[in-house]
Amino acid sequence: MNVKEMLKEHKLLAEFRYELGQIERGYTNRSLYVNLSEHRIESKPVTEMMKEKFIGGKGFGLWYLWNAVTSETKWNDPENEIIISSGPLGGITQYPGAGKSLVVTLSPLTGLVIDSNVGGYFGPLLKFSGWDALEIQGKADKDVIIFIDGNEGTVRIEETPLEATDSHILGEQLTEMYAESEEDKRNISVVTAGSAGDHTLIGLLNFTFYDVRRKAVRLKQAGRGGIGTVFRDKKIKALVVRFRGVKGDLNHPADISKINKAGIKLHKEINKFDAVQNRMRQIGTANIIEVMNEYDLLPVHNYKFGSHPDADKIASNVFVEKYITQGLPDGCWYGCSLSCAKAADKFEIKTGPYKGQLVTVDGPEYENAAGLGANCGIFDPEYILESNFYCDTYGIDTISFGTITAFVMECYESGIINKEITGGLALYFGNADAAMELLHQMARGEGFGKIAGQGIRRMKKLFIEQYGADPDFLQDIGMEQKGLEYSEYLPKESLAQQGGYGLTNKGPQHDEAWLIFMDMVNNQIPTFEDKAEALHYFPMFRTWFGLNGLCKLPWNDIIPESNATADEPAKIPEHVQNYVDIFNGVTGKNIDKEELILQSERVYNFQRVFNIRMGHGKREDDKIPYRSAGPVTVEEYESRQERYDRQLIELLNYNPEGKATEEKIKVLRKYREEQYEKLVDAVYKRRGWTNNGIPKLETLQKLGIDFPEVVEVVKPYL
Amino acid sequence: MIQVNGKDFEWEEDLTVQKLLEKKRYTYPKIIVKVNDHLIPKEEYELTPIHDGDDVKVIHLLAGG
Repeated sequence: MNVKEMLKEHKLLAEFRYELGQIERGYTNRSLYVNLSEHRIESKPVTEMMKEKFIGGKGFGLWYLWNAVTSETKWNDPENEIIISSGPLGGITQYPGAGKSLVVTLSPLTGLVIDSNVGGYFGPLLKFSGWDALEIQGKADKDVIIFIDGNEGTVRIEETPLEATDSHILGEQLTEMYAESEEDKRNISVVTAGSAGDHTLIGLLNFTFYDVRRKAVRLKQAGRGGIGTVFRDKKIKALVVRFRGVKGDLNHPADISKINKAGIKLHKEINKFDAVQNRMRQIGTANIIEVMNEYDLLPVHNYKFGSHPDADKIASNVFVEKYITQGLPDGCWYGCSLSCAKAADKFEIKTGPYKGQLVTVDGPEYENAAGLGANCGIFDPEYILESNFYCDTYGIDTISFGTITAFVMECYESGIINKEITGGLALYFGNADAAMELLHQMARGEGFGKIAGQGIRRMKKLFIEQYGADPDFLQDIGMEQKGLEYSEYLPKESLAQQGGYGLTNKGPQHDEAWLIFMDMVNNQIPTFEDKAEALHYFPMFRTWFGLNGLCKLPWNDIIPESNATADEPAKIPEHVQNYVDIFNGVTGKNIDKEELILQSERVYNFQRVFNIRMGHGKREDDKIPYRSAGPVTVEEYESRQERYDRQLIELLNYNPEGKATEEKIKVLRKYREEQYEKLVDAVYKRRGWTNNGIPKLETLQKLGIDFPEVVEVVKPYL
Repeated sequence: MIQVNGKDFEWEEDLTVQKLLEKKRYTYPKIIVKVNDHLIPKEEYELTPIHDGDDVKVIHLLAGG
């Protein structure tokens, strides 16, 4: 069926016409509200308070969600919202990495706020269409799309009975349907989930951009926390925005010369250094696969180990030489010369509903290779690419899928589950066929895949209640916290990174803090106070990208010459100044690097209070599974016995000679768990929180977020 | 004995910056090396000796995904 026939079957449920308006200094000063239950579409003002306190992007998402839900709201209640917002710097084309969208909702995995940062054109085109944010509430009765025409000034809700569900097809169909010509396709961006959003709690959202060189729709992912599941629960098939006329000055910045100057400087650095530093233009984030293996940080066999002899089979050069198209500038927004959005073209699919088809696979990102591959003991680049493709098109978070599969593989090998329970899947480490079938089952909502798609926290409960599993063991090896699966780094030998994962707002995702090298290798933060300072500064600094529609990668995946002599090289001070300059250049404000951190700190603390409001956000919620802090099993300990024995001697004055491994594990564990608790004390103190992790009144007052409804949440705990 | 990133490391005859990086398996391309607070350019790694008692800093500029 062609797209014209599909379009004929669309049923218009609501239409809204609006004045196009103009962006001033990065803001349109209004948001688009869509209620799917009531077929209501409205314009809402963006207030000065919102801009001052919440900046944009994730900050706007949090503020809207806070006002939409109560402490009782669940992820699948109609009151829950999905908010998409770029930020005041979003859409500038002069500085690399400025096309991001931030998506915020209540997560089905955690019950807390989840935020996810994604490329593709949707956020900037939404802003150029006249909207700082899109706020979607309610639920439709049947599958709908929301179509925003940013040139005509219309928003429509349409029922869409015939379109495909899987993202690589649906993205193509809707791009074809709403573009007026081949040339117009670049002006379209589509947001889709996929068939797994209907059956799992780990659904993601794909944001498209049209790749004019490949003449193909590309997919970038808002991956974490099950946002795609919420999207499908609202019966949204897709969001479509069309805006023609992207130019470098559409944000009407206060001083474009500041942005130009910073951008030109960074473009030159990328041109000069990328090939000898991270090779982002060649292979993207996958450049660190072998680095992580070399430094014993690559998760292998459900985070038991940090390296594997077969890791060279999935090293970055394997993908460069055999699979990933070279020589194409792969930016996911205009003007990004770091160009890390790599893809394998004409990749032949071997399994599932698209078997035999030649497709473009976006990736692999490092996380995909590490999670889908090494963590499951599968050192097969073609499996990694194929499972990456299916995760994307089905709308499954690759990180959660990788960590979930690694967990069930360990449960299978430990005898907690067996073939009878898995419906015949022999889920031992390294079994690519079984892992692939698990993925297809998730998309179909069948068999053991449906169970695994509920996430590790729910599986632990099920295995304990129905199969008599040892709860302590599952708590130790189930790599989730707050209900979210860990991302793909092994933090055992870095106490700071244990905190970098454990002391996050949304769950163990590394986008808040990645301190492993500073801590474990460089030894730059040896004391608890040093680690706490890092666990204050870096989460706050990284939060700022998500307030402004920016990508983190151009901050520290390219290093300027000046950094060799910088006082604090880990912060990349020259690039921090770039961000200060471009923020001031767009908004006309006059912030400095300290105010930049304060902007984030406001939003970060607000999110912590939001978690408390939802019944979590306290010290007990920041506990971590022991697998992330040390060796759980004899096999793990003995694989690095020299290291652990030496630590027992040097750190604890304990003589391991002649002791049973179980005894040594116990002694080491007691020490490491105490270290983590001391770290938590230090971090809470630095962040201005109580010993129970509650932001103190004076902290909220200092940040100017002591709104009555915020104080009301924390007061019972102070 | 020398100090590498604040921790003891066995010194040996003819140790250079390059040899130290190999022994420590510090393969990451974005590093800054300082010997007794003196910055060592990459092209001098092979020729720069490390003496017994030196304080070596090998700062990896990797701050994650």
